[in-house]
Amino acid sequence: MSQEIMNKVEKSCLKDEPPQFDIGDTVDVHTRILEGDKERIQIFSGTVIARSGSGTREMFTVRRIVAGEGVERKFPVHSPRVAAVEVKRSSVVRRAKLYFLRDRIGKAVRLKERRRK
Amino acid sequence: MNGILGRKVGMTQIYDETGEVIPVTVIEAGPCHVLQVRTVERDGYEAVQLGFVDKPRRLARRSERGHVARLGSKRSRKIAASGVDLAPKPDCEPKRFIRELRGPVGDREVGQSLTVDMFQPSLVDLPEMLREAASSSGVDVEKVGWKREFEKKKAVKYRETVASVMAVDVVAVSKGRGFAGVMKRHNFSGQRASHGVKKVHRHAGGTGCSASPSRLFKGRRMAGQYGNAQVTVRNLRVARVDAEENLLLVRGAVPGPNGGYVIVRETNKI
Repeated sequence: MSQEIMNKVEKSCLKDEPPQFDIGDTVDVHTRILEGDKERIQIFSGTVIARSGSGTREMFTVRRIVAGEGVERKFPVHSPRVAAVEVKRSSVVRRAKLYFLRDRIGKAVRLKERRRK
Repeated sequence: MNGILGRKVGMTQIYDETGEVIPVTVIEAGPCHVLQVRTVERDGYEAVQLGFVDKPRRLARRSERGHVARLGSKRSRKIAASGVDLAPKPDCEPKRFIRELRGPVGDREVGQSLTVDMFQPSLVDLPEMLREAASSSGVDVEKVGWKREFEKKKAVKYRETVASVMAVDVVAVSKGRGFAGVMKRHNFSGQRASHGVKKVHRHAGGTGCSASPSRLFKGRRMAGQYGNAQVTVRNLRVARVDAEENLLLVRGAVPGPNGGYVIVRETNKI
């Protein structure tokens, strides 16, 4: 009973169509940024290396290299501030967490591309 | 006194309009029957007695059944025949959780059913909301004034003009931790893991002075029973009200385990 209530409450905060992407995808994350009273969209692009949590707490981590330095950003999947997630490229990966990419530099970071049928 | 009884369902997080995450506790509150109204004349104090969750009649004692409805006993018939006014009964099922909320009774009557309707979400700037509500209900806001330093007092003043509750106190029995040590109970630091510390890593250390005064001062914090005591969390903002499902979402944590009974009442703090 309690769980049913929690599900109901959480459902009201979930997106009807959550962004579809997989681990290893190269994505553009469109985030809404409020500057004063003006709203604009900022794009963060990188590789999805992890996805964690469930329900309203579901998050995903995007990693990219900026000026030779690895940068990771974590986004809530269902946040209204995440306007869209655009999949640019998919890759062949065998694990759910791509933390091994953190130890790699240069060419080794590349993942093998998966061609969608 | 505005308030309601409920059951803690659990915690989760929701997003507000701006996309900010709000940690909330879900409380299944009401509908509550008013079982009794205490008056100064009869009881010496003012309060409303509420009941929450039906209790099967087979589990309820005769006194509990008689508390919510007339049983038509020989004695009550006799009293009624002699022309004495009997206390009004709510005529509902016996209740599992019964508590009194002290304070002015207002228009509460025995038998009335209370729901979460009395609450109103107030995550935005609360003083500002109160101010608006006050001005829309005919209070001359400019006359009363709104200086920063008096905001709290004024907020209370405005609150009296607002019918719905925007911030609440939640009273419940906290989770029992049994006989707990000082580290858990009082957030002491304990002692070092090495450097000659022997088997006293979680102990308190010194507790006071020596030969003078040869005793401990009162109030020295030590190990002991922790939790399983009534705790009040004050001034929690109402994040969302779902009248259909009888749900109340308050911002922040509430004492007790999931499934525990809680008392939600209007705060006098703001």
